[in-house]
Amino acid sequence: MAIRWGSYKVKGIYDELIRASNKPRDAAKPLCDYLRALNDKEIDEYKAAAELAIHVMGITFTVYSEAEGSIDRAWPFDIIPRIIDKNEWDQIERGLKQRVQALNLFIDDLYHDQKIVKDKAFPAELLQDSVNFRPQCVGITPPSNIWAHICGSDLVRDDKGTVYVLEDNLRVPSGVSYMLENRMVMKRVFPDLFEDYNILPVDDYPSHLYDTLASLSPRDIEQPEIVVLTPGVYNSAYFEHSYLAQQMGAELVEGGDLYVDDKDVVYMRTVEGLSRVDVIYRRIDDMFIDPEVFHPDSMLGVPGLMRAWKAGNVALANAPGAGVADDKVVYAYVPEIIKYYLGEDALIPNVPTYKCNIKTERDHVLENIDKLVVKPANESGGYGMLIGPQASKQEREKFKRLIKRDARNYVAQPMLTLSTAPTLVGNRVEPRHLDLRPFILSGRDTTHVTTGGLTRVALRKGSTVVNSSQGGGSKDTWIVDMEGD
Amino acid sequence: MLSRVAENIYWMARYIERAENTARLLNVTTNLILDLPRSANVGWEPTIEIMGSEEIFHVHYDIADERHILKFMIADLHNPGSIYASLQGARENARTIRDIIPRETWESINDLFIYTKSNAQSGIARKNRHSYLQKIILGAQTLTGQLAGTMYHDIGYDFLRMGRNLERADMTTRIIDVRSADLLEEEHEENLTPYENIQWMSVLKSLTGYQMYRRIIQIRVRRPDVLKFLLQDRNFPRAVYHTLCEVESCLKNLPKHTQSVKHIKELQHTVLVANPDKLKQDELHNFIDKLQAGLITIHNDITNSYFRRDF
Repeated sequence: MAIRWGSYKVKGIYDELIRASNKPRDAAKPLCDYLRALNDKEIDEYKAAAELAIHVMGITFTVYSEAEGSIDRAWPFDIIPRIIDKNEWDQIERGLKQRVQALNLFIDDLYHDQKIVKDKAFPAELLQDSVNFRPQCVGITPPSNIWAHICGSDLVRDDKGTVYVLEDNLRVPSGVSYMLENRMVMKRVFPDLFEDYNILPVDDYPSHLYDTLASLSPRDIEQPEIVVLTPGVYNSAYFEHSYLAQQMGAELVEGGDLYVDDKDVVYMRTVEGLSRVDVIYRRIDDMFIDPEVFHPDSMLGVPGLMRAWKAGNVALANAPGAGVADDKVVYAYVPEIIKYYLGEDALIPNVPTYKCNIKTERDHVLENIDKLVVKPANESGGYGMLIGPQASKQEREKFKRLIKRDARNYVAQPMLTLSTAPTLVGNRVEPRHLDLRPFILSGRDTTHVTTGGLTRVALRKGSTVVNSSQGGGSKDTWIVDMEGD
Repeated sequence: MLSRVAENIYWMARYIERAENTARLLNVTTNLILDLPRSANVGWEPTIEIMGSEEIFHVHYDIADERHILKFMIADLHNPGSIYASLQGARENARTIRDIIPRETWESINDLFIYTKSNAQSGIARKNRHSYLQKIILGAQTLTGQLAGTMYHDIGYDFLRMGRNLERADMTTRIIDVRSADLLEEEHEENLTPYENIQWMSVLKSLTGYQMYRRIIQIRVRRPDVLKFLLQDRNFPRAVYHTLCEVESCLKNLPKHTQSVKHIKELQHTVLVANPDKLKQDELHNFIDKLQAGLITIHNDITNSYFRRDF
């Protein structure tokens, strides 16, 4: 027997599948039993089957690289799924809906009356210095006042088992195609496990996405024209753009395919002539979508798109300016934001965050920098961060200076010990740290949360960095209903 | 269908066809040179003339010998008509229309592109040239077959067929033009008369037309009959008239086709009324120029009606 749960160590951490040595959590028990029964040869076969499935699908998913058509998948895949009991997930789902609802109210308020600022629940100076606040969006009301239609929030769990939101991605969150692909691979490799378990499906995401986008159409017609706007084939997420367009039956367009006329209506250029567009799922950053308003030399965008959006002739998802709430300092205020707009406590807590714009908290950060993680407000992908306990004295001093100079731009958090899950290393299992990115869709009348999401796992021993560029991989995420039958 | 997508399909088809035609031309030229006496002095230069790329060639090479010309025609990216450049063009166009073309076609284009690039040396040297070029021809034919057999036959497929057929017509006219001028000083050169047959056979073979020609026109291979066959045959897929009929039938499936159909009818008429017996070398050259101009007009019609994105 290759996998021995007795020698799998979970001391001092929270493991997603194993409660204590040799004791799987209830929802993981059938899986652990199944894996225990496999010999080395069978594990090899499953791994090979997964690789083959990825290879076969990879051709549709991955853009061939310039290096001779190699089909390297961007992320390694681990065949042991991460399992969450549906009861727990239901709580998380409610928390995510609550959070996104509050964030949308917050964004809408910022571009209208700014009541939250007037009521002093949110500091005015933070807004003034925000690089993602778009003055061009002030006074605009998108359909149903929703700005962030597609949100990807990163969840982590600490050593006590508490789930936190680590950050919210409200601009152009990506990764959902990996979630869908991972599930397809698992179905091909472990069809029998899908019979043993009651695993909630994820495959309906494209149709929920379609419904969400269709609900935004300014024209009340049977089949609104929905397009996915991509920066083009050389963008690293191009396969996702192309995949989602295919799955929704929407046109995949580039900036040059669209045209805005002098009546502020958006058209796409087809062989039949101009054809009206109702909804644009744009996967291009704010600053590039309209050279008339933002970067004048942007070749990716469409001149006049903002005019058309302001006139209400086209829906943009996400709305320009939604990124104002996608800022690590704003993040720190989300519990207050939820309280302010909904009168509720946040169902999913934030990771405790020190806001350097507040003097007492800043002083605490400066004194305890060796114990904290310091993050700049507007960088993503782990750039410009300081991991205090691992940093050199010089680096810490550098960050102290940075914080003193530009306090608004920094927050700090205690080091969390992220939860782990069993991951194949060779033919043995070892714990590896992971996070989870669910996707939340907000349409005119409905909100949909993916059942699970994309689990990203740090494949290097001890590492907590899950980014694909730094040794990250992914796992399928199973929300299982243990009471179902 | 998006204009950009239609344009990518059209150019993908043209580039695939171009790669195949270039491979055929090189294969047949290799054989022809082996058959002719040294005194015939038929070198490799006509192949670059056919492609109209003498100028670019001489920028990059001093001597127009076999090795340089083969390198230029197979693997040189400076030459937009080289096999490698054509397949690169096909691949770049295919890349953005992967939701339109069947997955295996995308894989095949990649395979062919990679094969062409990594085995270019065996095409340049004589020893393995035949099998190298044959593999490219077969690869291009496989693509054509896959697309015919698995691509959705909506207007996207019409753009594919138009690209393929216009490229074919373009190549056929170029081959007729250059080969007839260079190979044959009419029938005056006494010492070459025994080879006339071989030369016209090579023209047919560049277009894989020899076997079909013999089936349809049983008499010996003569210039007027070859011209008639390559220009006016309705059923030979590489005959100019046939390709124009194909383009016409595609255009009729598309919107806004009045003007382009009118132009293609005129061009068909020009082809059909020509009398190959009377087309001596100069007249033939002028006639081919006229056909080329007509093909350009039709290409421009298609571009203006369906691909324009500057309005």
